[in-house]
Amino acid sequence: MPPDQNDIIAIREKLTSGELDPRAFFDMLNQHSHNGLIGVQYVANADNWVELAIDYDEKLIGDPKTGILASGPIISLCDMASGMCIMLTTGKFFQTVTIDLRVDYLRPAKVGHRVTGHMECYRHTKSVAFVRGYAHDGDADSPIANVTGTFMFLGPQ
Amino acid sequence: MTMKLPPYAQALGIEAGRDDDGRIVLTMPFGPHVQGRPNFLHGGAIAGLLEIAAFATLWDALGEEDERPQAKPITVTTDYMRGGRERLTYSAATISRLGQRMANVESFAWQESEDKPIAAARLNFLIVRS
Repeated sequence: MPPDQNDIIAIREKLTSGELDPRAFFDMLNQHSHNGLIGVQYVANADNWVELAIDYDEKLIGDPKTGILASGPIISLCDMASGMCIMLTTGKFFQTVTIDLRVDYLRPAKVGHRVTGHMECYRHTKSVAFVRGYAHDGDADSPIANVTGTFMFLGPQ
Repeated sequence: MTMKLPPYAQALGIEAGRDDDGRIVLTMPFGPHVQGRPNFLHGGAIAGLLEIAAFATLWDALGEEDERPQAKPITVTTDYMRGGRERLTYSAATISRLGQRMANVESFAWQESEDKPIAAARLNFLIVRS
């Protein structure tokens, strides 16, 4: 079942009262919708960044010859992390929509490895937030992808 | 068509077909597994669809599965234009250039009308010829 309106209201209350708990948020999302399919897990956060991860899963393979994950799940991971790091930075629950997201693949992810996405919001205006980050498969100093994106606020909720 | 799509495409429920012009067109039915915020498609699922449309179109141009060179995405830029709704989503791609070492591909996704894309992606591939 997708999260319903009551879930959204409960999350919004927590977020606006300063009880923002990214782990609880992603634990809930992980049972639903597209996040459930790819298995997004919370790893860590600070006041302007968040780290999420997905385990290697055969159903997420993009190239059966090599067993390498498709880029779709990696984009999903970084997209989700982007939305959350924007909320952490602004301290408010905003619905954000992705304007664009660019992924540069530095090297293929290793087969069987868990992929971690680290995204930070480094700047935001009244209506637009700018994010940057990377994805790695075990060693943050040797990322598999570099990611940048812009997001628009749908307005304070 | 006989093109075999990767496991990730199957997980998203994507199917490949051809339109009257012989162009490869993918379809992705709506379901909880591709939902993001309530009542909308997940941006990641849209990006996944765009990527598979680009791959499928490129594979088609590169020839038979056993003989074709490998295509590795180097950069993927996705622009989100409209929120994807709870309905069937289509995607098709155009190869801007297919060279010896690089391919530039543009991919579009739409729902009610191809004239109103919900998202587009520009993908640059490295072509590895053995």
